[in-house]
Amino acid sequence: MQAKKRYLILLSAGACLSLLFYLGFELPPARRGRHERGGGGRRPWEDRTDTEEYNVHISPRQKRDVNTSVYRGRRCRMESCFDHSLCQKNGFKVYVYPQQKGEKISESYQNILASIESSRFYTSDPGQACLFILSLDTLDRDQLSPQYVHNLKTKIQSLPLWNDGRNHLIFNLYSGTWPDYTEDLGFDIGQAMLAKASISTENFRPNFDVSIPLFSKDHARTGGDRGFLKYNTIPPFRKYMLVFKGKRYLTGIGSDTRNALYHVHNAEDVVLLTTCKHGKDWKKHKDARCDKDNAEYDKYDYKEMLHNSTFCLVPRGRRLGSFRFLEALQAACVPVMLSNGWELPFSEIIDWKTAAVIGDERLLLQIPTTVRSIHQDKILSLRQQTQFLWEAYFSSVEKIVLTTLEIIQDRVLEQGSRSPLMWNSHPGGLFALPQYSSYLGDFPFYYATLGIRPYPKFTAVIHAVSPLVSQSQPILKLLVSVAKSQYCAQIIVLWNSDKPLPAKHRWPATSVPVIVIEGENKVMSSRFLPYDTIVTDAVLSLDEDTVLSTTEVDFAFTVWQSFPERIVGYPARSHFWDGNKERWGYTSKWTNDYSMVLTGAAIYHRYYHFLYTHFLPVSLKAMVDQLANCEDILMNFLVSAVTKLPPIKVTQKKQYKETMMGQSSRASRWADPDHFAQRQTCMNKFASWFGAMPLVHSQMRLDPVLFKDQVSILRKKYRDIERL
Amino acid sequence: MYPSSKYSSRGPALIPRMKIKHRIYYITLFSVVLLGLIATGMFQFWPHSIESSADWTMDKRSVHDAPLVRLPVSSPIPERGDLSCRMHTCFDVYRCGYNPKNRIKVYIYPLQRFVDEVGVPISSTGLSREYNDLLSAISDSDFYTDDVSRACLFIPSIDVLNQNSLRVRETAQALAMLPRWDKGMNHLLFNMLPGGPPDYNTALDVPRDRALLAGGGFSTWTYRQGYDVSIPVYSPLSADVELPERQPGPRRYFILSSQTAIHREYRAELERLKEENGEALLLLDKCSNLSQGAASVRKRCCKGQVYDYPQILQESSFCVVLRGARLGQAALSDVLQAGCVPVILADSYILPFSEVLDWKRASVVIPEEKLSEMYTILKSIPHRQVEEMQRQAQWFWEAYFSSMKAIGLTTLQIINDRIYPYAARSYEQWNNPPVVKWASVNSPLFLPLIPPRAPGFTAVVLTYDRVESLFRVITEISKVPSLAKLLVVWNNQNKSPPEETLWPKIGVPLKVVRTKENKLSNRFFPYDEIETEAVLAIDDDIIMLTSDELQFGYEVWREFPDRLVGYPGRLHLWDHEMGKWKYESEWTNEVSMVLTGAAFYHKYFNYLYTYKMPGDIKNWVDAHMNCEDIAMNFLVANITGKAPIKVTPRKKFKCPECTALDGLSLDQTHMVERSECINKFASVFGTMPLKVVEHRADPVLYKDDFPEKLKSFPNIGSL
Repeated sequence: MQAKKRYLILLSAGACLSLLFYLGFELPPARRGRHERGGGGRRPWEDRTDTEEYNVHISPRQKRDVNTSVYRGRRCRMESCFDHSLCQKNGFKVYVYPQQKGEKISESYQNILASIESSRFYTSDPGQACLFILSLDTLDRDQLSPQYVHNLKTKIQSLPLWNDGRNHLIFNLYSGTWPDYTEDLGFDIGQAMLAKASISTENFRPNFDVSIPLFSKDHARTGGDRGFLKYNTIPPFRKYMLVFKGKRYLTGIGSDTRNALYHVHNAEDVVLLTTCKHGKDWKKHKDARCDKDNAEYDKYDYKEMLHNSTFCLVPRGRRLGSFRFLEALQAACVPVMLSNGWELPFSEIIDWKTAAVIGDERLLLQIPTTVRSIHQDKILSLRQQTQFLWEAYFSSVEKIVLTTLEIIQDRVLEQGSRSPLMWNSHPGGLFALPQYSSYLGDFPFYYATLGIRPYPKFTAVIHAVSPLVSQSQPILKLLVSVAKSQYCAQIIVLWNSDKPLPAKHRWPATSVPVIVIEGENKVMSSRFLPYDTIVTDAVLSLDEDTVLSTTEVDFAFTVWQSFPERIVGYPARSHFWDGNKERWGYTSKWTNDYSMVLTGAAIYHRYYHFLYTHFLPVSLKAMVDQLANCEDILMNFLVSAVTKLPPIKVTQKKQYKETMMGQSSRASRWADPDHFAQRQTCMNKFASWFGAMPLVHSQMRLDPVLFKDQVSILRKKYRDIERL
Repeated sequence: MYPSSKYSSRGPALIPRMKIKHRIYYITLFSVVLLGLIATGMFQFWPHSIESSADWTMDKRSVHDAPLVRLPVSSPIPERGDLSCRMHTCFDVYRCGYNPKNRIKVYIYPLQRFVDEVGVPISSTGLSREYNDLLSAISDSDFYTDDVSRACLFIPSIDVLNQNSLRVRETAQALAMLPRWDKGMNHLLFNMLPGGPPDYNTALDVPRDRALLAGGGFSTWTYRQGYDVSIPVYSPLSADVELPERQPGPRRYFILSSQTAIHREYRAELERLKEENGEALLLLDKCSNLSQGAASVRKRCCKGQVYDYPQILQESSFCVVLRGARLGQAALSDVLQAGCVPVILADSYILPFSEVLDWKRASVVIPEEKLSEMYTILKSIPHRQVEEMQRQAQWFWEAYFSSMKAIGLTTLQIINDRIYPYAARSYEQWNNPPVVKWASVNSPLFLPLIPPRAPGFTAVVLTYDRVESLFRVITEISKVPSLAKLLVVWNNQNKSPPEETLWPKIGVPLKVVRTKENKLSNRFFPYDEIETEAVLAIDDDIIMLTSDELQFGYEVWREFPDRLVGYPGRLHLWDHEMGKWKYESEWTNEVSMVLTGAAFYHKYFNYLYTYKMPGDIKNWVDAHMNCEDIAMNFLVANITGKAPIKVTPRKKFKCPECTALDGLSLDQTHMVERSECINKFASVFGTMPLKVVEHRADPVLYKDDFPEKLKSFPNIGSL
């Protein structure tokens, strides 16, 4: 028995061990893995030895310093060639060197400099600057070009702040010259960053340089033309599938692809046309195809093709980028890129796959099959994206420049940088300021994308300018009726009166907290400051003399929840183009349409407070403060510029309208005859800063579903609105 | 304790059947086998090498059977990786060619054992378990081909995951000996631990010509953007540990540092932070009292207190991932797995899969220099954002970090996306976790556009045989200024439409389409005859709408071209008693549907209804001859996430839902059927997409005290 037991133990132990080993090797890898690891094997990823060594090794701080000295020139990165400390004190400020007498500056470069100088990044003090921009024109570095600036090298070296180009940004559109068109600028850029068109991936220093689009000297400085897409056609196909019309280079770089285009041309829906005519002596190099190509070329109108094609080929020219790119983008003709190695414009932030077809020059013959295989839905979305991108980043020199600066700012303020979603979806990175919040759900634009809804309450901000003298003052009535709204989270009274704050007990008791903030400068713009106390997504902005019932507030808020990116208000105003005076007109008359709602009573997203305060230039805000007028117009301009949509007017009780027309309140600024003229002036000033008229007309008003319907009033939820 | 322990229970069961005289024999046999196994295990394969088949090859060879290849000393060495390599210069795209599936084909070299001239292997570990897992996963995937001539991408079976175990020169020679090497063209190498002491290069030191490198720990100076792929450093704990599910939300600690290999300078700085902020921070280190080995890997200590790793990671909102000697850290994987938001301090580090993953949504990157400001920086992040990041981090791990398979296939997908960019996965596909994908709405008509008035709209009248009523409708609609064309869908196969001369004379083209079958879906077919974007669907008995009302409806549609804009509104309600949805047509304060008996919408929705309607809804509607309007409302709300717009006040529509008879009983069965439709559709859509609103659109001056003559749309709401 004893022996048997011993055998048994031994055997089972043996079996156990052998099984252990066999199983160890025969089980599927994952299970075996778990088993063996439990047994305590050495891990391939654990670097104990390295750890010890790492600790005795030089300090990481020193190592970082070594990096900055090693990685220079073509290997520059933000880590090694950019001095972040300059940006820490004053934020992202950009200095432009003063223009020197006698230096000729091309129109395009003047536009670039003007855009920077009128931006909110600009500083005239180099001591505050984080980024420096040369006033020497570096756009055209083609030696054969008339715009070429000579002796740049010495001119730049003599700049006192040059500092080997550190924290400098150099704009360039053309580099190199015939025949090889290298990307050399002809001077030593040192540690400067490049914002360059037609830059190749080989020369592009990721997260350091910025690839910008090639734009012509006629490119609008501000505003810019809108995209050509007016509506989405179904099915999305246009007359032509794929078109191109351009020069064919008989010699030199960039010839191959364009020379081969005729293979793909079918004169029906794929129309790829080239001409040999360029330069003076093209006939010398003329090949057998030239005459035929030239004849075919003249048969088609470029504009017509651009407007009527689904895809537009953008093959490289002499340089990697060509004008065709922006032309196609604006025309909602989906660009088909055929320019190997081109670092696409703003590639750091734009997901070009959503707006263009990235082809490969080596696979030219496959291009027609490829574009034909693209699904209708995809075409629909590509096309819309071209328009979004065009209007967000490319339609004017100012947008191109601001996008460049914002990209660099994002790198500098790593924490407050935009996510790809912000750059690639409406309204785009220039309107979505990451300094406001890093959480997308705090913005009014991304609720649908995130699958969430805005916070279902609002904060009322009442702008008080007159002293509190009687208990029957409109502001107190307003406070009570707003506080009664089921959606009201809190009320902020912004005390902008010269008189001291009234005692606490003077305010009526309400069920929601009332916070009184004393305006610092007592200026008009302070009503749109992004107060930290505003904790809800929605803001109900109110004038002190506004008359509103709880029902009206409730209804407007439910409407706003469906349109969180717009302003929802009561009294509306309209703009029109005054053809005689050649300027914009403002009207407060009752009209069949409107384009603004007064912010004396309106609900909008709190983000617009931030945008108003931080996006708009000081000049416009100062104008508003000085006139103590037009703040509502400016807010409407801003929101419509962002949304490209009109505000929303909701129904209101009759008495309220009268108040807003300026009859009841004694102190009302509406009674002032200058008031109206000022608003007209404001409109034109604003429109010129925005570069275009952003306001959009609407013909509808939103009413409660049963508004004035012939049904018992008891069935109506918002019955109070109908009562007089 | 180990999986094997349950097998050992089989041992005793075998015993009774054995004869005593066989015992000695068995014992000897076992001992021999045992000893042999221990020996081989200890010396050659332990702990992470492969003995059994490497099943990515067709001929299931094992490491043992793998042919031995002797590398001559003079064997050529590839050039060092060319930093200027890009897909268009160093990658032969012709090998991938055009294929309708837009999928690259990947070939894996058969297993070979490379040894130098004196027979010493080029790698101390041979084929690691991890690399084996990776290759097996690829061979099981759609990417794999065993036909070398069809391959677009080649993966050597030479394991270079860990440079520490490699002999650099010999490995390079081995690569160059691969039959299709061709200067490394279209070859992909996977490496997770690059470099070695003292400099720790951030990319694999093995010279590799033009081969693509999927590397863990690239810095911006070694990473060839658009060519290399930055991959994570796999954490073996991924497979070992299953962490309990943890919902995003506040955690016990705010910041946790759990890495053991932190440079003392940084550790000092962390300790300073800890002093300033106290309990919010937890700094862990390795346990000095535990012996080296498995146990120590799974434990962390702080002042004598022992914590379980990686479980402790789940107790913190943020987890520090500091660079070590290398930039890529396996700790990143552990941290993500625990749903802890990684705070990455590794200057110039290229984050894993950064080409496609949006790391801003799952991590915080702080320059090493700003380590001391970490607390302030993290405190400034909104709570909701932190929760989103926790969820995102966990999901990134699950989708892209959790196994060698996930890492390998993600890498291939990224390369695939480069070769077929027009078929590439979108940002949303890469970055949205399933819960967001489910809730998120990306309308196909996303551009904010207000189409011009000029093209007008096409009225599509569905009719069966009510010619008289139809003619009245046509006459009425023809008065609407923006009508561009009238399309009559003749749904009666037994009767021909009236002769041309009998039709009302109207100022716009009138077309009649005859259908093949009497189906309700015919009204939503995207007919070529519809040349405008705006479609007015209208029943042949809707004669009560005025021209002003219709024109106004069109104007409203222009402001909301992605919505249904209709006249009679309806509502869905949750019936608590029955526990299901109910249809409501009474005078309600809310609207979630508009009837398509009179509604404007974008032609795109016709296309969607016809070709993209989920499930069997379309056929179901045709079979039941009811609810096509509800189906359309579902479809539009589901894809746009938006409510319809009801325009103008309620009118007495002549029972717009019932076609023939008025009458209470019929009305009721009708309502019951429509309630059923809502429930049916909600189950097919898997959700209730309808959105309830409390507003309708009226002209700006509707019912205002204003001269009617001056109103654009005076005739609204007349009965």
